[in-house]
Amino acid sequence: MAPVIGALAIASVVLASSSGLPGLALWRRPVLGQRLSAGVLCLAAVLGIVAAVPVLAGAAPFVLHTPWGQPNASLALRLDPLSALFLVPVLLVPALGSIYGLAYFPQASLGARAVRLQLWYGLVTGSMALVLLSDNAMLFLFAWEVMAVCGFFLVLADPDRKDAQKAAWVYLVAAHAGTFAILAFFSIVGSARGTFDFAGWQHLGATGAKASWLWTLALVGFGLKAGLVPLHFWLPGAHAAAPSHVSALMSGVLLKTGVYGILRATGFFESPPASWGVALLVLGGASGVLGVALALAQHDLKRLLAYHSVENIGIITMGVGLAVLGRARGEPALVLLGFAGAALHVVNHALFKSLLFLGAGSVQHAAGTRDIERLGGLSRAMPFTAGLFLVGAAAISGLPPLNGFVSEWLVVMGSLRALDLPPGDRASFAVLVVPTLALVGALAAACFVKVQGTVFLGKPRTSEAAAAHESPRAMLVPMGVLAAACVAIGVLPAVFLPALARGAASWSGLPLSTLAAPAAAATASAGMVSGLAVLLLALVASLTFLRRRLGPGAAVGETWGCGYAYPTARMEYTGSSFAQILNQGFRWVLFPRVRFQPPRGPFPASARFSTEPREAVLDLTILPGIRGYGSAASRVRALLAGRVHFYALLVLATLVFLLAWRLLWW
Amino acid sequence: MRSLADMAFILVVVLDLFVLASSRLGAAIRAVALQGALLSLLALLLASSGHNMGHVLIVAGGAFAIKAVLIPWLMFRAIREMAIRREMEPLVGYVPSMILGGVGVVLAFAFSRGLPLPMPEMHTFLVPTALATVWTGLLLVVSRRKAVTQVLGFLVLENGVFVFGLLLTDFMPVMVEAGVLLDLLAAVFVMGIVMFQINREFSSLDTDAMSSLKD
Amino acid sequence: MILRALFQIGILLLLPPLLLGVVNRVKAIVAGRRGPPLLQGYYDLAKLLRKGSVYSRTTTWVFRAGPVVGLAAVATAGTMLPVAGQPAIFSFSGDFVLFAYLLALARFATALAALDTGSSFEGMGAAREVSFASMAEPALFLCLVVLARATGSLSLSGMLGPGLAPAWSGAAPALLLSAIALFVVALAENSRIPVDDPSTHLELTMIHEVMVLDHSGPDLAFILYGASIKFFLFGALFVRLVLDLRVQGIWGAEAAFVAGLVGFAVLVGLVESFMARLRLNRVPQMLVGASVLSVFALVLLLR
Repeated sequence: MAPVIGALAIASVVLASSSGLPGLALWRRPVLGQRLSAGVLCLAAVLGIVAAVPVLAGAAPFVLHTPWGQPNASLALRLDPLSALFLVPVLLVPALGSIYGLAYFPQASLGARAVRLQLWYGLVTGSMALVLLSDNAMLFLFAWEVMAVCGFFLVLADPDRKDAQKAAWVYLVAAHAGTFAILAFFSIVGSARGTFDFAGWQHLGATGAKASWLWTLALVGFGLKAGLVPLHFWLPGAHAAAPSHVSALMSGVLLKTGVYGILRATGFFESPPASWGVALLVLGGASGVLGVALALAQHDLKRLLAYHSVENIGIITMGVGLAVLGRARGEPALVLLGFAGAALHVVNHALFKSLLFLGAGSVQHAAGTRDIERLGGLSRAMPFTAGLFLVGAAAISGLPPLNGFVSEWLVVMGSLRALDLPPGDRASFAVLVVPTLALVGALAAACFVKVQGTVFLGKPRTSEAAAAHESPRAMLVPMGVLAAACVAIGVLPAVFLPALARGAASWSGLPLSTLAAPAAAATASAGMVSGLAVLLLALVASLTFLRRRLGPGAAVGETWGCGYAYPTARMEYTGSSFAQILNQGFRWVLFPRVRFQPPRGPFPASARFSTEPREAVLDLTILPGIRGYGSAASRVRALLAGRVHFYALLVLATLVFLLAWRLLWW
Repeated sequence: MRSLADMAFILVVVLDLFVLASSRLGAAIRAVALQGALLSLLALLLASSGHNMGHVLIVAGGAFAIKAVLIPWLMFRAIREMAIRREMEPLVGYVPSMILGGVGVVLAFAFSRGLPLPMPEMHTFLVPTALATVWTGLLLVVSRRKAVTQVLGFLVLENGVFVFGLLLTDFMPVMVEAGVLLDLLAAVFVMGIVMFQINREFSSLDTDAMSSLKD
Repeated sequence: MILRALFQIGILLLLPPLLLGVVNRVKAIVAGRRGPPLLQGYYDLAKLLRKGSVYSRTTTWVFRAGPVVGLAAVATAGTMLPVAGQPAIFSFSGDFVLFAYLLALARFATALAALDTGSSFEGMGAAREVSFASMAEPALFLCLVVLARATGSLSLSGMLGPGLAPAWSGAAPALLLSAIALFVVALAENSRIPVDDPSTHLELTMIHEVMVLDHSGPDLAFILYGASIKFFLFGALFVRLVLDLRVQGIWGAEAAFVAGLVGFAVLVGLVESFMARLRLNRVPQMLVGASVLSVFALVLLLR
């Protein structure tokens, strides 16, 4: 069995990497060439998923080890349940994206650019799969570098645009900073253990400051790739500037390789201390809340979706933090539920985020703009796209009966397990993940009501929006497949729990038997969730039937607006107005740039008002930080004189510092 | 958890949060007065049998008279003289103040065991309540604009210090306690006089405006 | 068993409009009027179901689906609610999360239906509704977590079942604080004064009422019915939390439960009569205050 699995996996990697070649070879027959490229990538995906499924179902993991000739490197591959869990979305999303690209980025009209894109697209998929399969540090780094460089070229798919250029450079710098940290981590561990094979890196000691610093290095390196706050600054620009099927790949699966890295790195250590779990929980919570707060203020559709990726990575990291906390405290239920929630959210996020990005691409393709304030009323012209986008929006808001609810529910259940810890154990404060997730979920729902309402509902705000048309079938089919998968996971969550339990066992080193009891309890509850999801759908169906029986109603006239006779689309609530209350609350994080040209005189001719949120970490911290140091110093000196508040603040700060010093260092 | 002292400690913390949230000065002064009354009750409840009941009664009675009756009366007189009823939007808004206060309470209750203080076995809420009250008081002093609210913050701070003092009633003679209360009284007197003078002189108690007094 | 399930379904479907009738009656009596009959809610629903509906040409299927999805979600949530201390029809570990998220689904559907009309009034109502809900959700979850910690159960039926009485004797202050927070959340989620005024006719001051301004006929009936069921759900949570229903007699506990619900409606009516609606920028303060109270309650239980 194992050799077959291995052959399939290797074939999948090779096929995926070379899937751009048919488009290049069949230069004179662009339509056939692109179709063949997409077909090869889909075949690679099928082969890879067929290889992954048996491992998830309990087959022995596939391990291969051949020397390579490079110093310290060997062709060591491993497909264990953890890799298999990540492999499924990593192959599925690019395959669907390549089908989408047939109509969105056609080779027939775009020529060389499309050929280059397909080459990089295939290569990035193959390298991501190779990252997941690597069992040797050098092979891992090789694949990681290929992935990063391909990402750079993919973002730069349209090289003439200024925003693409800037975003691509920021992405490259951030990716290489992360690679540097990962290289440092690998070098230290490798030289300590004497080998660069992951198999020789098991059971690293986790006690002491040195181990914590080492782990922090890995966290920074992989966190830069995953997009954890405050290392997310490259994300919005890169994901917004790239073509939509590339954004779907980057948001949906490229970020997850960072999460995979964090999981693998933590898995090397013998018994990670609870503080690591707490650090992951805090970072995850901050990413979740700040990601969605920043998303609420955006009016570029793809930037908004990119910030939501930051939020969801935060949710995943909270799940991982709970699992690490469980390992530290020896609670198998925490480990299982935290890991299952995180891993399932990895898959779910890949599905619904890709669905949303593909929908955004359709909207951009049809209406010519990404600015939601220039859209509106698109669901009349694009009913299928609107409906599928709605499924994605409901899924990302965590609403039942879709998949987002199931993974968030698993993370919440894991967090509630912290209540089982003995009283007085400070780790029981991990239960505060529950209100954090509630806040994040409610804010995400608010944001997606805004997006769906502003983009698809109401009246078109500009003539471009009014002239929109439905997307071709090649763009609708991948979205349909993703939406169906969202519904399937949402209605039948219990089916996936055994695979998640195996992943948890493989990662944490706990035997599957210890995890069996909490897994069975979770499966039973998940079954009830399924039942209630079916009940909900049945109630919706019967109420619709009842409603139809009560009479169809008449479509008459305009929406009533206080008796105004000629309402226009300009009177609709815009996206910024919708989010204004929440943006006010979060203005300490948004730093909007406000441009206001007020009306003047008794008969004002025109006035202008616009707000634009800035990427705080990049535009306001990293870039001006160096410049601002000098002026800040002299300003502080002038500010301190004479203000009563500051004298008292100094007293308070000293008191807090002394207390903290006493608590932490003595 | 069930004892009256624990209920009183919890109510002290709830009153802290109330003062952080309220924009009406009358309600805030009454809350601080109620807090003072609770602290005098606590001084009575926490007295162990080895104490001289006379001393304990003096401390409790003095605390009640000063914190719950005299000072609030002075504060009400002050705001009546100056005809102000409401606080303006503070430097740290109401919602962030509440969140910061809440975070302070959570941290105080979660981490107070780590501090090297003599923790009474029966009343585990004492130290966290004191810490939370001190934190609230300092937050009020730092973030509010009107001098009256800053004085209220100072009073809350003194309440917190008083709770700490209850911890040491075994060792602290009554004289020092009386000294603390006298000190408090003097400070409030001075502040009241100063506030009145400032208002009369400049027709405003806005501390932002006062910073223009420098150079 | 079957009888109890039928009782639960019956009370879920039949009682809610009466509760809103009680609230309106109390408000009228305090204002010195006689007020509408207690059964007015039922008369209104019957009237609306008989009428036809009028749609604006801007709306799509989303507008028609909003009331249906909202009512279905709220009714499904109601099957997980324990009534009179007995286990609910469906109960499992972690059901309170599904309960809260089903209410969120109802809100999502109603808000989308509001935006479908393309009117600024509905947009305003939807914006306020989802913003305030995002501040009320953490408070609701914190109250439920406090209950979970105090009773040691992760299911609504366990939290509000026989384990509640010993929890009160052990953790009374925390449960009291979270009961207050739960009451505030109930007022916010059901659009009662001091968060929203259900009887105002000024669109600029409304939250929930303006969101459903364009619905008519059976759609409006579904929405009103769904809102009354939601009021019943929150009332049931609050009543069971504060009232120990061990009354003797075959249907004693159930009668006490219904009496408690009527008492809750009276309390809400009194609060609505004696308080004014808060300015909209004070509502976040109130909701954050409720969250902070319930965090404090949780911390008391965790140390």
